[in-house]
Amino acid sequence: MQSDTLELDIWRGDRDGQFQAFTLPLRESQTILDAVTEIQRTQDASLAYRFACRVGMCGSCAMIVDGIPRWTCRTRVVDVQRKGKRLKLEPLRNLPIVKDLAVEMRVFFDKWRDAKGYFEPGDTPPADFAVVAPSSRERRAADVAIECINCGICYSACDVVSWDDEYLGPAALNRSWTLVNDVRDQGQKSRLEAVAADAGCHSCHSHMSCTEFCPKALSPTQSIAGLKRETMRAALRGEV
Amino acid sequence: MIRPTHFKHGFIAALLHRLSGIALAIFLPLHFLALGTALRGADRLDAFFNLTHNLWVRTAEWGLVTALALHLALGLRVLVLESAGWRERTASLVSGCVAGSLAIGILFLLNAL
Repeated sequence: MQSDTLELDIWRGDRDGQFQAFTLPLRESQTILDAVTEIQRTQDASLAYRFACRVGMCGSCAMIVDGIPRWTCRTRVVDVQRKGKRLKLEPLRNLPIVKDLAVEMRVFFDKWRDAKGYFEPGDTPPADFAVVAPSSRERRAADVAIECINCGICYSACDVVSWDDEYLGPAALNRSWTLVNDVRDQGQKSRLEAVAADAGCHSCHSHMSCTEFCPKALSPTQSIAGLKRETMRAALRGEV
Repeated sequence: MIRPTHFKHGFIAALLHRLSGIALAIFLPLHFLALGTALRGADRLDAFFNLTHNLWVRTAEWGLVTALALHLALGLRVLVLESAGWRERTASLVSGCVAGSLAIGILFLLNAL
């Protein structure tokens, strides 16, 4: 018989914290974020977590649900709960825990900067709009990787990040790949040098966890492979 | 204590690739030592070959053949992923590599018996 209650174990505290049990009514189409919000509003106002848009756009509500990193606003309880069993919620891995389910994202975004994950217009702006054909090879390669919402799920799932604090991580490298394919960008040399360094794309072991768990169905593995090929070509040309 | 989960196909594939590589790296010097016995005459080489009829040595050979097939298959997987942009059906690809390697090992064993 289907239980009408939902039982959760939620991580409380910082790195040295522990799980706390909560019970609340099971509701139709209830998401994990709905459940956490209900607990915070009706049972424990001190429960810390992060969210903004609630519709899968902002990427701020990611958590570990039963061992799997997920965007909780788009994850329904009925889809992940195994036959009425308790659900375990933890903060994202590989990032410092601020409190409970909220993690410090500073390192994650610092690495975007370190991977030159920003558009570099160059010293002299072009006289006119750049024409980029939607069918061009570069535009299509960028399109495949462009929809990242910075949720940090790939960073949390990456084994290499857990071994090497310096590794730039899937999201930053994925962003870098979209810019490598931006024909308007004037900072390609420094970008390729940044991603070809020790903690860059060549550290990826192609475990594909980022691709497996990305809620937007992107493939950072494929983007990183593209960077590996591009940095190799640049090295053969003596550019990096 | 929050622990990472490693039961992911890509992780298992990388682990098997690494372990089979280490097994082959350990085997190679022994292999060259065995070949080196030929330099000391046919009798020495034949004496070594007689050792290979031992059941334990046969079993170790089966392990090596399986490790070699596994290392080759999983290495090709990485090449396909990174060169051809393959991203679909990771689980099937890893399972196929492991199953194919075990099949090659079993064929070797059947042939050796």
